[in-house]
Amino acid sequence: MAIETVHIQEKVTGQFGAHVRCFEMQRDIFSFEADASVIHEVIRFLKEDEELNFHFLTDLAGVHYPDNDDDHQFAVVYQLHNWVENTRIRVRTYLNQDPEVATITDLFLCANWMEREAYDFYGINFQGHPQLKRILNMDEMVSFPMRKEFPMEDSGRTDKDDRFFGRTPANC
Amino acid sequence: MSDLLLPPEHRYAKIIESRRNEDGSELSILNLGPTHPATHGIFQNILLMDGERILDAEPTVGYIHRAFEKIAENRAFYQINVLTDRMNYCSSPINNMAWWMTVEKLLKIEVPKRAQYLRVIVMELARIADHIICNSILGVDTGAYTGFLYVFQFREKIYEIYEEICGARLTTNMGRIGGFERDWSEEAFRKLNIFLEEFPVAWKEFENLFERNRIFIDRTVNVGPITAERAMEYGFTGPNLRAAGIDYDVRKAAPYSSYDDFDFEIPVGQSGDTYDRFCVRNAEVWESLSIIRQALAKLPEGPHHADVPDYYLPPKDEVYNNMESLIYHFKIVMGEVPVPVEEIYHAVEGGNGELGFYLIADGSRTPYRLKFRRPCYIYYQAYPEMIKGAMLSDAIVILSSLNVIAGELDA
Repeated sequence: MAIETVHIQEKVTGQFGAHVRCFEMQRDIFSFEADASVIHEVIRFLKEDEELNFHFLTDLAGVHYPDNDDDHQFAVVYQLHNWVENTRIRVRTYLNQDPEVATITDLFLCANWMEREAYDFYGINFQGHPQLKRILNMDEMVSFPMRKEFPMEDSGRTDKDDRFFGRTPANC
Repeated sequence: MSDLLLPPEHRYAKIIESRRNEDGSELSILNLGPTHPATHGIFQNILLMDGERILDAEPTVGYIHRAFEKIAENRAFYQINVLTDRMNYCSSPINNMAWWMTVEKLLKIEVPKRAQYLRVIVMELARIADHIICNSILGVDTGAYTGFLYVFQFREKIYEIYEEICGARLTTNMGRIGGFERDWSEEAFRKLNIFLEEFPVAWKEFENLFERNRIFIDRTVNVGPITAERAMEYGFTGPNLRAAGIDYDVRKAAPYSSYDDFDFEIPVGQSGDTYDRFCVRNAEVWESLSIIRQALAKLPEGPHHADVPDYYLPPKDEVYNNMESLIYHFKIVMGEVPVPVEEIYHAVEGGNGELGFYLIADGSRTPYRLKFRRPCYIYYQAYPEMIKGAMLSDAIVILSSLNVIAGELDA
């Protein structure tokens, strides 16, 4: 049923060479990493190639990695699905401190609100997005609340200190 | 009038400025929501209207955004369950079970057959409850109150079964990592059997009232249609996608919790209009009933949870009287349990489509990142396009038939 992962890897590396790397099975989903400069073309290739045919965008998630080096501060994770072969794939691209990446709204209509959500919470700029503005938070907000440095609640509170519940700088 | 609602630089203002009808009438702006009694939830749409016809719509979402993803990053795995059932509160057990299955997938826990079957039963009950609400309220919105009265008491019966299982009704917080907190009582099975006897009669009656009803057909056929291609582009899943004719169902595509043990069909529609969505949900209720019957008939004996003392909270009396249990209890609550460093995506067929949890675990007691793939949020984008050219009253009907749940939309 499913497309051979080796075959996907060959096709993608054949097309993008050194811009794609880290091919691995993350449990049941084949995943790889692509450079931000080619991510739009990678997604287009995955979607439009007749054999791969990843025609459905399942999800798009922003992630913040403040402890990484400067070029890997943010990630955008795309999950695509080929319903015919019933194969999923995960593509991840890392962004630097000033996160900018090409939009994929021209490939998938449903990416519109997904990208707006990632912008709203992480401040990732999707270039070429038709209407990149906040969606779940109020427009007047200035910070990006899902970034790790944004505190979840008033830092003055002492009754809910996470250190008392097993979380220390060493294990978080 | 438009000055009161929108700033002058808004795109509607230009359209209104540039367009005058032949009889001299103007386009108008109507603010539908956020707390309109007909929208069943907090949805705001700013509509550009020509008389009673909708030309354009601009939805605003986020009125009940509660930052669940942020909260989840600060909570241990077993504490996140209470967030999930506040998303799609019409079918909370599906959300709960989906979350436990995600964690079990991460921790590689094999759940015993009995627990899997019990999960299937409660998930299908939740699906029935979800479809009861959607379809009967759709009836109310088209002016048919009777059908709603016939079937809505059965949602109450389902909630009573939930109550027997977990003690709660709406936000159920059902189950544990590895199974259920307790085996189902005899009373739960008794209530379930009564439900299985009485509900089909009422549901048949409900169907008879609507499916060939002239008024209902006039109000729903060809109202808010969407083609299969367009639905796929917009990320539709679940009954709304199947109404457009694509038979994608996570229960078949990636069977979880022993769904492959059961024999069931995936009902599909053709035109993707409101009537098809209604019929697909009706048919799905029959399939769900059939799955519940099969699961009950084949329900194996055995434990109701996996033997994973590292993650499954021990019963209270053992915590008080048994040293090992006390240690495990302490370790679980204090977050000293081994968690792998891995990325997991687990999807289930929720009431409205593919409900997915994308979990990045970094080995600590909390998720590093947890992304909810909420089907409502994704397909609600298509709403402006679906109501373009429709009458105002159709917009309400289309919204009902899409079954957009505000809690899931805004997370």
